[in-house]
Amino acid sequence: MSLVKLTATEQLAKLVSGEITSVELTQAHLDRIAEIDGVVNAFLHVNASGALATAAEVDRLRASGAVLPALAGLPIAVKDNLTTIDEPTTAGSKILEGWVPPYDSTVVSKLRAEMMPILGKTNLDEFAMGSTTQFSAYGPTANPWSLDRIPGGSGGGSAAAVGAFMAPLAIGSDTGGSIRYPAAMTGTVGTKPTYGAVSRYGLIALGSSLDQIGPVARNVQDAALLHDVIAGHDERDSTSLVESLGSMVSAAQNGSLAGVRVGVIKELSGEGFQAGVSARFNESLELLKAAGAEIVEVSCPSFQYAIAAYYLILPAEASSNLAKFDSVRFGLRVTPSGNPTIERVMAATREAGFGPEVKRRIILGTYALSSGYYDDYYGSAQKVRTLIQRDFEAAFAQADVLVSPTAPTTAFKLGEKIEDPLAMYLNDIATIPANLAGIPGMSLPNGLADEDGLPSSIQLLAPARGDKKLYEVGSVLEKAHESVWGKRMIDFAPEVKAGA
Amino acid sequence: MAKAELMNYEQALEQFEVVIGLEVHVELNTKTKMFCGCRNDFGDEPNTNVCPVCLGLPGALPVVNKKAVESAIKIGLALGCEIQPTGRFARKNYFYPDLAKNFQTSQFDEPIAFEGGLDIEVPSGNVFRVNIERAHMEEDAGKLTHVGGNTGRIQGAEFSLVDYNRGGVPLIEIVTKPVFGAGAEAPELAAAYVRAIRDIVKALDVSEARMERGNVRCDANVSLRPHGTEKLGTRTETKNVNSLRSIERAVRYEIQRQAHILANGGTILQETRHWHEDKGTTSSGRPKSDADDYRYFPEPDLVPVAPSRELIESLRASLPENPQERRKRLQAAWNLSDLELRDVVNAGLLDQIEETVAAGASPQAARKWWTGEIARIANADDKDVAELNVTAAQVAELASLVEAGKINDRIGREVLAAVLAGEGNPGEIVAAKGLEVVSDDGALMAAIDEALAKQPDVLDKIREGKVQAAGAVIGAVMQAMKGQADAGRVRELIIERANQ
Amino acid sequence: MSEITPDVVRHLAHLARIDVTDAEVDRFAEQLGLIVDSAATLKAAVAGDVPATSHPIPMTNVYREDVVIPSLTQEQALSGSADSESGRFRVAAILDEE
Repeated sequence: MSLVKLTATEQLAKLVSGEITSVELTQAHLDRIAEIDGVVNAFLHVNASGALATAAEVDRLRASGAVLPALAGLPIAVKDNLTTIDEPTTAGSKILEGWVPPYDSTVVSKLRAEMMPILGKTNLDEFAMGSTTQFSAYGPTANPWSLDRIPGGSGGGSAAAVGAFMAPLAIGSDTGGSIRYPAAMTGTVGTKPTYGAVSRYGLIALGSSLDQIGPVARNVQDAALLHDVIAGHDERDSTSLVESLGSMVSAAQNGSLAGVRVGVIKELSGEGFQAGVSARFNESLELLKAAGAEIVEVSCPSFQYAIAAYYLILPAEASSNLAKFDSVRFGLRVTPSGNPTIERVMAATREAGFGPEVKRRIILGTYALSSGYYDDYYGSAQKVRTLIQRDFEAAFAQADVLVSPTAPTTAFKLGEKIEDPLAMYLNDIATIPANLAGIPGMSLPNGLADEDGLPSSIQLLAPARGDKKLYEVGSVLEKAHESVWGKRMIDFAPEVKAGA
Repeated sequence: MAKAELMNYEQALEQFEVVIGLEVHVELNTKTKMFCGCRNDFGDEPNTNVCPVCLGLPGALPVVNKKAVESAIKIGLALGCEIQPTGRFARKNYFYPDLAKNFQTSQFDEPIAFEGGLDIEVPSGNVFRVNIERAHMEEDAGKLTHVGGNTGRIQGAEFSLVDYNRGGVPLIEIVTKPVFGAGAEAPELAAAYVRAIRDIVKALDVSEARMERGNVRCDANVSLRPHGTEKLGTRTETKNVNSLRSIERAVRYEIQRQAHILANGGTILQETRHWHEDKGTTSSGRPKSDADDYRYFPEPDLVPVAPSRELIESLRASLPENPQERRKRLQAAWNLSDLELRDVVNAGLLDQIEETVAAGASPQAARKWWTGEIARIANADDKDVAELNVTAAQVAELASLVEAGKINDRIGREVLAAVLAGEGNPGEIVAAKGLEVVSDDGALMAAIDEALAKQPDVLDKIREGKVQAAGAVIGAVMQAMKGQADAGRVRELIIERANQ
Repeated sequence: MSEITPDVVRHLAHLARIDVTDAEVDRFAEQLGLIVDSAATLKAAVAGDVPATSHPIPMTNVYREDVVIPSLTQEQALSGSADSESGRFRVAAILDEE
């Protein structure tokens, strides 16, 4: 089997044993990118020289017998909404085209400290606004399973890079499902940690009270490896948790379902969910039960308001977060003819630099915060947040973890729903509640839908700070899925043809 | 622009009741900015005290300066305010190129301090209560320089340059409730109130409190209503009036300007006005187009400030004496008239005199030196007294030398000049330069006889009762002794000689 | 009938400093209208005494000591700007010529 098809854990074992060098491993991924990314478009920028330099340094140190960080030499891809001092950071927007930040995000600093070669920056919906990656200003990313389908979003680039073996691991960010939904569309594993578990410093903010960075991988164990590297307190992020949430790697290794109460969220199943997705979900429940879990049904009645609340809170925060893109200190500047004032330069720059979905959400958010409307819209949405937290509290009183399908359907065709924002927003119906409540969630592939042969996924949710629970349950459930299907889900993916 | 017509001041007060409101911005003297670790020093090379946070770069996050919060609480306590048990920051959204993020991180409905007040004495001796609505924390904006056109003015400039060194500097904004009933003394009250705030923040050592440097800035709201009516008139806000005298003048000007308009059936526009120090007038600023909708919402990147009871009480215990009470205490102890006290306070010499008295000088001597020769030298050199190279202990030593008769006043001034020149302490200088007065009566008598020999009629005149005739001889003796004689003793000896 | 009229969209676009074409105004008005209508259900859902949640994980009193940390260099600070002059960011005039 080709090196790139191995899991991160397997690649790491070969690095540590000296069977392969980091330069070989990094080059193999760069070759894979060169071979197929022309059709997948997962990367916005590839930093071959930077990645190989890190790899060579790791190899040199390893040869000298130095003690290295656990993941040293293992390549990684980073979503292009995290700042990197040595590579452009665009957030998928024209307004930031070519911008090289003067600082590294905390997570990127941690990857550098871990000596992981950074292969490049991955595609996303502009400013992570979207669930399909079609709203990237640099063209859509294709789903490796079927190139005419969406890879999910906003982190379609990271999911496709990992799903198409261009990177063993990737960094994502999840504001309403941007890690979990693409994971579900591409048959990969993605985790949104508890809000505050991973520093947001250097993450180009979308919805500040919702955003959370997390790992994208091909299995639970790999996700745990990366999760442990990026998590931890950061004094530069005021919302960063002070306490450690423990080792996800050991949670994944010591998983058990015996006596675990698994709550099925009544409101996130049945109507509106594709038959094949529901069938796989029900099979997962049977597997959980067979492994010793107790299945209970829980009800979260306020979830019916989650999307409406989310689409007020998120645009409101985004409208303010994106105000800084004004042509003055960085990024695009468009100067209209004549002797325009700065106000007109700003408006022309933002008109030219932002795509339609970004403008739509900024204007919506501006409305939601306007005096006279604040209480009805933003204020009410924040109260709904409380109701959703209460629903979760009640549900977690009955269950240790909650489950639902990650997404209502498998990946749809590129171009579908693009002019219908409301239909598009329903993609995140199952993922949004976790962001509103700040709790952790994981998406795990659970088979292929019968109708289309595309991946289907189950979402695991745990109480705030209970991230380990996701790995304890996820690792066992993953093994059960693989034993039913006979091999890893990702290995069902058809080979991506460079000229396809 | 046509010069505004003004109504005679007395006539204006006959017709209208004056209502004022004051917003004072105090710049804190913390070492670093409000939300980042950049130096709080905006006189440096432009854009050198800036970082991703205060430049508003994508991805950066704020962290609150603990010292700034403590300073804010101290100010709140000194103003007699309640302290907010749990207060969030809020974003105030508006676009302006000196505002890096295009929102100001401020406080909105949960200010750190609220509901306080001060009793303010105006020069007539009348005391008015000024109620304080709130004091809140916020950040300063950067500095704009307008280039081209009308020499540095925003009107007609070709372009502007932005320096963000001041961006993010911590400010406390103190807002009064409307102040009624000051009548003709409203301008004096406004100035006295700002003086009181300045004195308090200086005494608290939370600000440099230098108005001429913009550490304390005042916006003055003025409105008029016909006597006997309830409804408040439309107010104007005169911005950035930066000296006590200007505050008084600006308020007086607005009263006269508004009275003229109202008396002639006109209406007052609710607007921002600019104070022109040179002309002593205010002019209309452009109404801010977005001023009515700042779209405040809780800052999601910061967590609430929730000072504990213990912290508040320990800060309360650390508060210095209220400046007004301190003045009363010192006035009594030093036996000063109101006028004398005012001179000392206006000269800003209370601290120095108190320290000098503590170092052993008599209050009279301490006051004489500081308000006399030292203030004169500072004035001549265009310096602040605090900048001069003389300590309270040195002044006390100087005063004791004079009081003991070792040197006279004239020599004392010479010694002071040497102290300022860094030549040492007064005692050392007197010894080194041999400046001690000649107290040997024999030597003095010799000089007196020599002088009398040239003016033989003097003794007769003295005997006839014209004692002032001694003056001519005293002058000659002092000249002969190179000033190092006690003129009083010389006079005594001359009279003795006449009576022999 | 939605509250989002084309004039409302124009006002919001101005507040948000985004130039919009007439076609965009009409499209946004329609799309935002739908979203806002669906948001109207929220008001009823929280009619009782429900506190607002602005931070998902409650925390208080997170501070930084008042200690200077190194700033960017002037060159770094200006590196991303479209135009700078004598160490400052250069921008178009703030006021129209009057």
